[in-house]
Amino acid sequence: MKRRDFIWLAIIILLVAGAGWLAQNPDYPIRQGLDLQGGLQVLLEADLPPEAEITRDQMDTSRQIIDQRVNALGVTEPLVQVEGERRILVELPGIDNPEDAVELIQETALLEFVDTGTQPLPEGMCVRTTLNQGPSRCELAPGQTVTETITTAAPTFETILTGADLRTAQSEPDGFGGYFVSFALQPDAAETFAEYTSTHVGQFLTIVLDKQVISSPQINSAIEGGAGTITGDFSLEEARRLALQLRFGSLPIPFSIASTRQIGATLGELSIEASIRAGTIGVAVVLLFMFIYYRLPGLLANVALIIYALLNFAIFKGLAVTLTLPAITGFLLSTGMAVDANILVFERMKEELRKGSSLRESIATGFNRAWSSIRDSNIATLVICFILWTFGRNFGASAVQGFALTLAIGVMISMFTAVVVTRTFVNVILGRAAHWISARKWLLGI
Amino acid sequence: MFNIVQRRRTYFIFSALVIGLGIATMLYSLVTTGDLFPLGVDFRSGTRFELQFTEPVSENEVRDVFTEFGINNPAIIALRGENLQNAWQIRTEFVSPEESQAITAALDGQVAPLVPDTTLVQSVSPSVGAEVTRAAFIAVLVAAVIILVYIMFAFRQVPNSFRYGACAVAAMLHDLFIIFGFAAITGIVLGWEVDALFLTAALTVAGFSLQDTIVVFDRIRENIARRPQERYETIVNRSILETIHRSLATQLNAMFVMVAILLFGGASIKPFIAVLLVGLFSGTYSSIFTAVPLLVAWEKNEIPFLKT
Repeated sequence: MKRRDFIWLAIIILLVAGAGWLAQNPDYPIRQGLDLQGGLQVLLEADLPPEAEITRDQMDTSRQIIDQRVNALGVTEPLVQVEGERRILVELPGIDNPEDAVELIQETALLEFVDTGTQPLPEGMCVRTTLNQGPSRCELAPGQTVTETITTAAPTFETILTGADLRTAQSEPDGFGGYFVSFALQPDAAETFAEYTSTHVGQFLTIVLDKQVISSPQINSAIEGGAGTITGDFSLEEARRLALQLRFGSLPIPFSIASTRQIGATLGELSIEASIRAGTIGVAVVLLFMFIYYRLPGLLANVALIIYALLNFAIFKGLAVTLTLPAITGFLLSTGMAVDANILVFERMKEELRKGSSLRESIATGFNRAWSSIRDSNIATLVICFILWTFGRNFGASAVQGFALTLAIGVMISMFTAVVVTRTFVNVILGRAAHWISARKWLLGI
Repeated sequence: MFNIVQRRRTYFIFSALVIGLGIATMLYSLVTTGDLFPLGVDFRSGTRFELQFTEPVSENEVRDVFTEFGINNPAIIALRGENLQNAWQIRTEFVSPEESQAITAALDGQVAPLVPDTTLVQSVSPSVGAEVTRAAFIAVLVAAVIILVYIMFAFRQVPNSFRYGACAVAAMLHDLFIIFGFAAITGIVLGWEVDALFLTAALTVAGFSLQDTIVVFDRIRENIARRPQERYETIVNRSILETIHRSLATQLNAMFVMVAILLFGGASIKPFIAVLLVGLFSGTYSSIFTAVPLLVAWEKNEIPFLKT
């Protein structure tokens, strides 16, 4: 056995042991998408009196904003649909904190800067504003709806700017263990802001979210440039959530939760079971084919393929990749490429053997010559993956993103298993018994 | 030596006919329905049923009833939770209120009695936005351009490396058009709809097509270096024959898995697998019978518009 083969064999055994440990470790669950496992279904209903008119446009905008908020949470392939005239249906795959997610998507997140004159307001107080007068949910006791009458009205203040005037928003640490949200205004809003602050120095500009006071800072001097901060005793989570909501804008109408419940796999559980069984049969046939057609090398390639699947599985668990049907298809395509790489090598080996080369020479030539096509075709695939992943990420097409991710992981692992692992096995086993095997050509499928 | 590239005109005409048939079907579909292929509920408004049976039922029994009404791809989802025993949600293409009443009546009669007053039928908006489809389309175009540049770079030692990139991309577009045509034809003949999974199938086919073509091109690159005295056509033909075992073995392996799922798999992903099967077959075909013959035709100055 050559020294290099020995080192590789040791590395392979270590990797397999590590992957095996990760694969059976329940601390790293395998995540499945809505299509395979189901998840949480939330039905949101417009929280407005039944006679209030809701336009198609308002519903579509709400759908888009909720979709963006859900995607920003890193949820893979959620489903957001408008249902009927005043409801939005949201379906989320199994996530860690469903309550938080539901709260995030449901909040209107209407940010307002209101003129409260010389009077600072206490944090948490409910106010009304000139933007859309009337009572808000802030003033309601839990369980009450907007349609019921409210006895004591909150005071009304003038709105200077709203969240729609924001260009960006992000959460930042304040250095004392707390967090704040910094924002930048659109150019014309920045002008309004500068003008207003220069004429109201010494007064209070209160920041209100969904009609509830967050903070009530005093204007110390004119604020030029349109950048500012919102402070208010936030935890990291709260600051992040607020920044995210502000970034994607406020919902044009308030929503309340009509129902939440668990749903099954959207592809149908029976169908999935049958498909998994069928896929297993298919893979078994592939393994059998490789063995019958390529004999001993085929058998070694099959072992390499099983290692390939194990490494993939471990990485999916370790990186918490959400498996959906598109993601599994990406994995299957890369499996095909792993098998293809071995076929390329073995066909080349057979070719050399038929030309009369010795077994050792044929093995070396087979791997060396097949490498350039494996390399070029796999790099081309990785380039495609990168482009698809980037587009999927920027356009919220998480199906495309998931496909590209599993395909890329699979292609990288397959380059390792189909070339390094198979070569090591072939060298160790065929190399040691070269003489014995050369006399029995049927073992090589010739 | 068996000469494959000699009969290239035949292959080009054959491909043109198949793609032409697909495009004609797409245009027919565009004129009659307003879409290139029948779009599924992911891309179109549809109807959501919510039903609760008084006893356990199976997904396939429910599916059969919808199929009787000509609804081919219902998404049948089990609901879980308190008071939701044997409750199901079914997403379908848009059905009229009269038809939905007939369907619920049929479910009540044929499958199992429904719990009174729990049935809900609602219209729903598309779930995959137009922007997602557009993003995927642009992504494929950008990928095609970058792949063209990459192949030019990888094949920089061979003369006219640009042609290799262009022919590989042409073969990829060939395969995409084949599956678009397939979707349009199965849409009219079998009532299959294009859903979000079709997008995934198209991306997979594009990736496989490229992989397959590059393997054949790689052998041409090697043979050009090893046999400088041979004619281009002979080298190219030799390269196809030398890689044909590998092409067939890889194609067979892909077919094993997909035919198994097609025969024994669940109903919900059959159209998806069928598109993949056709696309991967086309991917192997186009490497041998489109990409490489195109290279020869280009070399021999036979391509209109590119004649020098």
